[in-house]
Amino acid sequence: MPSELKIANGRVYDPANNVDGNVQDLCIRDGKIVDSVSRSASRIDARGMVVMPGAIDIHCHIAGPKVNLARKLMPEDHRLDVHPKTAVTRSGTGGIVPSTFATGYRYATMGYTTAMEAAVPPITARHVLEELDDTPVVDKGFYVLLGNNAFLYKLLKEGRKKEFKEAIAWWVNSVHAYTVKLVNTGSDELWKGRKNANITDVNERIDHYDITPSFVTESFIEAAHELGLPHPPHIHCNNLGHSGNISTTLDTMKAAQGRRAHMAHIQFHSFGGEVNKNPVSGAQEIIDYINDHENITADVGQVMFGKATAMTADAPLAWMLRNVKFDKWVNADTECESGCGIIPFSYQESIYTHTLQWAMGLELFLMSKDPWRVLLSTDHPNGGSFMNYPKLIKLLMDSAYRKEALQHVNQKAVAKTVLPELDREYTLNEIAIITRAGPARALGLKNKGHLGVGADADITIYTEEEDREQMFNAPRYVIKDGTTVIKDHEFATDHKGKILHSKPGYNEDIATEIEPFFEDYYSVKFSNYAISEDYLHDHEEVPTNPKS
Amino acid sequence: MPEAAKSKPKESKNIRIVKDATCTFCGCVCDDMELTVDLDAHRITKAKKACVLGRAWFYEHTLEDRPVVLIDGKEATLDEGLDEAARILVDAKFPITYGLSDCPCEAQRVAVDIMDTINGNIDTTTSVCHGPSGMAFQGVGESTATLGEIKNRADLVIYWGGNPAESHPRHFTRYAVTPKGMFIPNGKKDRTVVLVDVRKTPSTPVADIFIQVKPGKDFELLWALRALVKGKKISEDIEEQTGVSREVLDDLVERMKNCQFGVLFMGMGLTMTRGRHFNSGAIYSLASDLNEFTHFVAKPVRGHGNVTGADNVVSWQTGYPFGVNFNRGYPRFNPGEFTTSDVLARGEADAAMIVASDPASNFSKKAIEHLEKIPVISMDVKETHTTRLSRVRFAVATYGINTGGTVYRMDDVPISLRPAFDSPFPTDQEVLEGICQRVKKMLSGSKARVAA
Repeated sequence: MPSELKIANGRVYDPANNVDGNVQDLCIRDGKIVDSVSRSASRIDARGMVVMPGAIDIHCHIAGPKVNLARKLMPEDHRLDVHPKTAVTRSGTGGIVPSTFATGYRYATMGYTTAMEAAVPPITARHVLEELDDTPVVDKGFYVLLGNNAFLYKLLKEGRKKEFKEAIAWWVNSVHAYTVKLVNTGSDELWKGRKNANITDVNERIDHYDITPSFVTESFIEAAHELGLPHPPHIHCNNLGHSGNISTTLDTMKAAQGRRAHMAHIQFHSFGGEVNKNPVSGAQEIIDYINDHENITADVGQVMFGKATAMTADAPLAWMLRNVKFDKWVNADTECESGCGIIPFSYQESIYTHTLQWAMGLELFLMSKDPWRVLLSTDHPNGGSFMNYPKLIKLLMDSAYRKEALQHVNQKAVAKTVLPELDREYTLNEIAIITRAGPARALGLKNKGHLGVGADADITIYTEEEDREQMFNAPRYVIKDGTTVIKDHEFATDHKGKILHSKPGYNEDIATEIEPFFEDYYSVKFSNYAISEDYLHDHEEVPTNPKS
Repeated sequence: MPEAAKSKPKESKNIRIVKDATCTFCGCVCDDMELTVDLDAHRITKAKKACVLGRAWFYEHTLEDRPVVLIDGKEATLDEGLDEAARILVDAKFPITYGLSDCPCEAQRVAVDIMDTINGNIDTTTSVCHGPSGMAFQGVGESTATLGEIKNRADLVIYWGGNPAESHPRHFTRYAVTPKGMFIPNGKKDRTVVLVDVRKTPSTPVADIFIQVKPGKDFELLWALRALVKGKKISEDIEEQTGVSREVLDDLVERMKNCQFGVLFMGMGLTMTRGRHFNSGAIYSLASDLNEFTHFVAKPVRGHGNVTGADNVVSWQTGYPFGVNFNRGYPRFNPGEFTTSDVLARGEADAAMIVASDPASNFSKKAIEHLEKIPVISMDVKETHTTRLSRVRFAVATYGINTGGTVYRMDDVPISLRPAFDSPFPTDQEVLEGICQRVKKMLSGSKARVAA
């Protein structure tokens, strides 16, 4: 017997289908939205409530070796925020880097039903898949770090772009990734090989390879375009956190040459001013470029005051922060593939740069002309926990609240921004775009982020409240794949969620080129590297759209 | 009795070759074994590339003539064993699980689930090996690297308080001393190897420089090195205190500051002697400090095949690496309070599930005496002191030889196992899943143990 559900008379926000607060019914059968259900369908009376697709986090760090190192690093943070079990859910610990179960449940309690882990060294992808399997409720996928890959650099140095593209596809397939991730391209070799140096210019030559970061970025964007990956390269630009990095960010976006590219946590890359001096806001220049270029999508990476953790494949960045705080620091080099740095951190209202970053993120949101392409994130946990999303939504929807908040932050920093002049308030429809429809479109997830017939029945139902933080903090119902996981604010059942991945087509001959490199420079056998599909459990292959 | 266990070894043509199999004996987790398997005799007859320890591991794990389940010494069915184990755990007020470092992550994940369900206590062998390093990590962090990066780049390799030649024989040849790497084209010739220990060991000959420290003085020596690296004064009687001259220290400091990529490997000579987590913390801090001059990493040389996996699993499920208690319906961490040897020695636990380890042979007398008094459930591939004192004993298949699954190498690199031959014994995972299902059924609905 099919499982059927009707959500009756809710006020529906489904921007992908041009539904903006209309009162209508939603019908669900076997986990999908359908046009009608039988009379015996169970029923949720959503009269007076706000109905939206389940939210999608396009950029967060929730699973894998760096996340687990951060968990191990901060027992003091877990003990202050325990996550007790219920009759139907597992226990865990929270804090800025929650345990896997707590992560899944906490996303669900905010109406999130999909989350993408944004940075995974391929050799550790098995670990990521194991953790994602223990991350309940949400669907999830990950972006594989290939932007500092020694073998791919060798191919680019040799001018072998065709093989470069094949090798990228081999890697995405071998580890079951969703798309490719580039982080501070070119920096790993300098970090590990030249005594902790860093790339400072996208046009400088990378040691040993005679190629530039700009060329690497351009090559990845081109290859991903040809492979038709559902989401383009997800790019963490060079010079993160350095004053004046806007020129680097603009150069990187230009390297896309009109092709699709996603710029991660763009706030961290919108610093004006001069190197080694206090930064000023460069948000206007960055958002102007994004507004004018439809090929670019971005997530903001909003900074929220309070606890955070710098957790990044950008090892030189973490080192820079370590030398500010001299607190505990983790560095983790991954052979031939990546670097990693972790620093517990907190953003404080009184500190100039912290306030500037907070304000820059809000400027980016408020000056964005296309909510479909400027998406909500805190780069969890880098800008703050994903648990801050409701508060961030309130900052965007409520200008009086924002103005009040502006009174309590560093005024010198505020003066370097145009934030006090921005009166815009996001509508519920726009919130539905930056948290649902927009991320789904940027990710190429055709069955998510909307409520049309055929969509996954991932649905959030909120009691409408004037205080938007309170409203988005506690949906009344959360439905995942047609199952009511949260009912009247409480967990009614547990739910697994599935892995989302892509399988770009490629010529398998490339493996014979990669294997000898492994024998020479890796510490695991080539035949033990690719990950068996057993690790995917319940999963969905999101189609590619290759260009011939 | 399993049928296969009755057959006697004989000449056989039924041979299988398993390439790129993984040895799970120690934390090196070498994945380049070539195993020759006599499928009729149910044994591995050749293990190419295995070290002396690996060969013993592969050759000795044959199918033994043992009952799958014993309850109070009497043979029982698997279902009876699972029922009894579940009953013991559910009836207990302070049930504990310990061991887990010699089974795959898939089994470890179920073990945590069981303890979460019954509000028990979970701990791994980490608490008696590199637990102090885990605690030091919580205090100061670490700069670390995968072993392949060390192979490719490390030109200064320092071993401190360990004897890998005997404990991890291929650590030198596969990862850190002799292999040629991307920027180490000549292997050992391109590296300087330093060994610091309280005595000469079979590892000493590999070292270019051997530094003998007085027993129990590692912390003092490490702290002096940190001071010298930072250009600070140290006590003039350093040689008297530590047994190492100022000249030797100055030389080592210069080498450390001027190398291209340095690594400090630490053994249990640091973590299980005077100072414990202070020693580990000092070595992590020294490596971090050195990054102000060059690139430097530090790594514990982990022992058991999947102890690193156990740390990872317990961390991702609870937030803490070992010594975790669920009595209140959520995880709490406190080494000394929730670590198994302490829980037993204080006589607190009233039931124990021991997976793939043998505390009855190496814990304190007090702890063992208590273990003898309470109902114990054990899973092991061999008879041990612990299995012999258990009320419910499960004989299980050997991971990496009879079962697949995931293990984590000492550098957190996860590897999938390739089983060599089938076993009639259940896997750890199957036994734990059977117990887990039963426990969940017994504690379902209104009987669920929710948070206090």
